Amino acid sequence: MRLNADTGRCVGAGQCVLTEPTVFDQCDDGVVVLVINRPEGEAAQRARHAVALCPSGALSVTEEVDDG
Amino acid sequence: MTETASSRLTDTEFPVQRECPFAEPVEYEQIREQSSIAMVRLTGGGEAWWISGHEQGRAVLADRRFSSDRRKANFPFVSTDPAIRKRLHAQPLSLISMDGAEHTQARRALIGEFTVRRLAALRPRIQQIVDQCIDEMLTTDQHCADLVKTLSLPVPSLVICELLGVPYADHDFFQEHTATLVRRNTASEVRQHSIDELNAYLGALIDRKLASPDDDLLGRQIARQHRDGTFDRSSMVSLAFLLLVAGHETTANMISLGVVGLLQHPEQLAMIKDDPDKTPLAIEELLRFFTIVDSVTSRVATEDVRFGDTTINAGDGVVVSGLSADWDPTVFADPDRLDLERGARHHLAFGFGPHQCLGQNLARLELQIVFDTLFHRIPTLRLAAPLDKIPFKTDAAIYGARELPVAW
Ligand code: SF4
Repeated sequence: MRLNADTGRCVGAGQCVLTEPTVFDQCDDGVVVLVINRPEGEAAQRARHAVALCPSGALSVTEEVDDG
Repeated sequence: MTETASSRLTDTEFPVQRECPFAEPVEYEQIREQSSIAMVRLTGGGEAWWISGHEQGRAVLADRRFSSDRRKANFPFVSTDPAIRKRLHAQPLSLISMDGAEHTQARRALIGEFTVRRLAALRPRIQQIVDQCIDEMLTTDQHCADLVKTLSLPVPSLVICELLGVPYADHDFFQEHTATLVRRNTASEVRQHSIDELNAYLGALIDRKLASPDDDLLGRQIARQHRDGTFDRSSMVSLAFLLLVAGHETTANMISLGVVGLLQHPEQLAMIKDDPDKTPLAIEELLRFFTIVDSVTSRVATEDVRFGDTTINAGDGVVVSGLSADWDPTVFADPDRLDLERGARHHLAFGFGPHQCLGQNLARLELQIVFDTLFHRIPTLRLAAPLDKIPFKTDAAIYGARELPVAW
């Protein structure tokens, strides 16, 4: 999976940072910053939960074919 | 739809008063079972769409075709009195009433103040405030107190003082007037007097910070607006007032109701006492269970919007019932069961969409510190009155308890 964050839509409620701080952060102005965009394991699961919780639709997931 | 149900529902005005703190009004359940979207009569007059399903509620609140502008005709629960409407137009537009780009810009200016990191830095100070309130509670010889007066109201009030940068010497003044605002039996002139006093106080505070900017929320906002050349004193006063009101009574009521909920479910309370790591999740369930702000999340449609086979027409008022959404059994199984481990983060207690509560993580932090500290420091805490003798705010827009007698 690859995470996308549309900073233009973010309303800074911080739901994502609260859900998975290893993946999401906020800049000083409160807007979402992706710390990593291809989380794995439990972090990936929690990141998906954060995407569902985001109130502004700023977060999305692109599924990727594993090319490993 | 059965005959009796439909005739009863047309007689019902929404929102319905909440009698029991541990149940949604039966009418909510009845109407939700019939339809997640229905036209209803409103208390205070007029009609609006009543959105009772969780999924539909989220959809409306995330959809920019619904306006938050309280000045628009048909906005639910805004008085039809022309004088009140006129006043609404005369005041600076509040953040909660803005739409689209204007809202994004105004909100953007503030969100940096509420980042998870900035709030974490406030934790020690909030802990201190909570400890002081509990110290004071424990000095009484009678081993009993009204929790609303001793803890629920002072904590958020003092946290807002901290946030706005109200000097220590003025805390008593500030607390006294904010308490007057929320007291139900306050006469309207007395309430207006407190509003005037607080506005005058905030104005003077802003003037002082304008002269020598402090490094606190108001100081930074003033400096920022000054830099951008957008500074406007009256909007700054109304912003300070909004933060004060929004963060005060809501958190206070959640503290009181949370304590009631936990004391009435001792086995669940024991769980978070044993493992405070579980408190954050427990708080989400308490927020869902009580959803104290039920229908503030109202909107007006600006275009025709189709929901299944229902069309909401442009200009129609829409009420998203947070309580009904959070008791939607298709999303929260057995909603009347308080289950602290449920995992209820997707509740609508803070709303949803671009207006979702700006102070939600501050509220979470306060609740967490209060519950962890209170039950740890006063392990024998109990209600000092039977549930049916506790004066719950059945008639208020924000549900809560007016008094909460406790003993230990
Ligand atoms: S949850 Fe969404 S709106 Fe909130 S900070 Fe994260 S990306 Fe922004």
